[in-house]
Amino acid sequence: MQAYLDAVATGYPTLPPFVVYLLGMLAFGALVVFVFILPVAGITSWVERRVWARIQSRIGPNRVGPGGFLQWLADGLKNLLKEDVIPAAVDVPLFRLAPYVVVAGFCAAFVALPFAGSLIIADLNIGILYVSAITSLVVIGILMAGWSSNNKWSMLGGIRSATQIICYEIPVGLSIFPAVLLSGTLSMQGIVAAQGWAPTSWHMFHSPFLFVAFVMFFVGALAEGNRTPFDLPEADSELVAGFATEYSGMRSLLFFLAEWGNLYVIGVLVSTLFMGGWQVPRFTDNTTLLTVAQFATMFLKAYFWVFVAMWVRATLPRVRVDQFMTLCWKYMVPIGLVNVIGTAVVMVMLPNGSAVLRWMMAAVAVAILVQFARRVRFHLRRADYGRLGRISEDPA
Amino acid sequence: MSAYVANIVDSVTSIFEGMAVTFSHFFRRPYTVQYPDRMPVRVQDTLPYRYRGFLEVDLEICTGCLACQRACPIDCILIEVLKDKETKQNLLVRFDIDLAKCMYCGLCSEPCPTGAIHHTREFEGADYSLESMLRRFVLEPVVTYKPKKSGEDDPAIVPILERGMRYVNEFAAPEAPPKPVKKEAAPAAKPAAAPAAEGQA
Repeated sequence: MQAYLDAVATGYPTLPPFVVYLLGMLAFGALVVFVFILPVAGITSWVERRVWARIQSRIGPNRVGPGGFLQWLADGLKNLLKEDVIPAAVDVPLFRLAPYVVVAGFCAAFVALPFAGSLIIADLNIGILYVSAITSLVVIGILMAGWSSNNKWSMLGGIRSATQIICYEIPVGLSIFPAVLLSGTLSMQGIVAAQGWAPTSWHMFHSPFLFVAFVMFFVGALAEGNRTPFDLPEADSELVAGFATEYSGMRSLLFFLAEWGNLYVIGVLVSTLFMGGWQVPRFTDNTTLLTVAQFATMFLKAYFWVFVAMWVRATLPRVRVDQFMTLCWKYMVPIGLVNVIGTAVVMVMLPNGSAVLRWMMAAVAVAILVQFARRVRFHLRRADYGRLGRISEDPA
Repeated sequence: MSAYVANIVDSVTSIFEGMAVTFSHFFRRPYTVQYPDRMPVRVQDTLPYRYRGFLEVDLEICTGCLACQRACPIDCILIEVLKDKETKQNLLVRFDIDLAKCMYCGLCSEPCPTGAIHHTREFEGADYSLESMLRRFVLEPVVTYKPKKSGEDDPAIVPILERGMRYVNEFAAPEAPPKPVKKEAAPAAKPAAAPAAEGQA
């Protein structure tokens, strides 16, 4: 992209180069936001509702478009047309600005996210540091929303969100650290390049420490993204809607857009750090085809984790504030420190890694999946379900 | 320290189990009934025979005895019967039921000797005007039904009467299956048309 803009700048010598770069950045930014981020966040909202519905033995929104697929467009349109209520007692400039800060914070993360080998907006050499720093901008927006709403629920929600980010940055950082140690770089593309397409070459199977770090990163990222079971800032049963209580219409939707989009960011980060990112076998020399395959791989991996986050949300109840703090400070931080030191020790003892260890870890992962499938089958059997549906009909 | 490890093991295994439970729901059929437009059968057809929906009157078998009007606790039934002096016949000139008032208690259908007034399984009455809920069953004067000593033999009326008597019999003995009522032993079924009608049909 840099090269393309350079070419454009030299092609129009009359224009000052910074204008070309500025316009180019705006154009690409708008392209990414409108072509990728908004649809992904919107579709995620529909997928999430369908997934919850199935888990709760319901069907979910299935009327707008095929299978309800266009529900997100209808909802977006509805919210655009709604009245933007601004209560009299709020701090108006902050109240209006807050949603944009939240959305800007989460959109800015996409700058350093790798979509494919050649598809990245800017391969910063401090990529992962940048992403974890810029996503903290979201909490400033949430705190602004909570404070300016002049409402105790909103205030509590905003403060809780700030607490969450402050606490969980530490275990998240500590679980990013082993992956960075292994890759020897903070650049996102560098981290992906340090892994291969085969699962055994992924960072998560390098050693037990990396595997634990991988799980911890996902948990911590959920907490940072204010997702259930860590949705204390929104906590509908305690705080109405937390920091979003006073918001209506599109401003309210922007918060949720950031939340759903953040899920995708989490998915990309997990896949990049621990699951080999966009790596595919080099099956062809056609660069375009390869890029498409890489993009698809990355998207599917990331979306798998989005799905897991929805599934977790439909499964686990919200933790209490004290449980939340206990989990962070008593469990995740010490284990994170052990992970960092353990990874360093393993790297010193086995500078090139150990294929045996990798295969063993992969075998452990497969064993976990097999056990999971057995438990699912058990629960289906107990609910009187065979492979082809109900075994016996209800007596009623 | 052992409690620390036990806590970790506990939470990991319980979350694992919970995730398995929720995941198994992807393989189960949803229970949602997509009323009203995506049903395999109309929901009205799935209701029991004795469901108390909208009231309906079969004027062919209405004797004009006013039992239902007297039984109604909120006076939502209005019946007028006139005597035709020339033919010595009773004429039904009005049979209105205000469904907006009706509370679906079923007290009117119980005393009905022929089962002419009975509940249907229809219940969708939403409308923009109260007047539309006023059901006028008599549009022009009708001669009231008179049970015949020999039993009903008009083929147009036999099925209607059979159906009416089914309501009567089922209300008389809700647990037992409907059975023909003997002529002399059943003062409740005074018209006594049903057994004969069943015999002929």
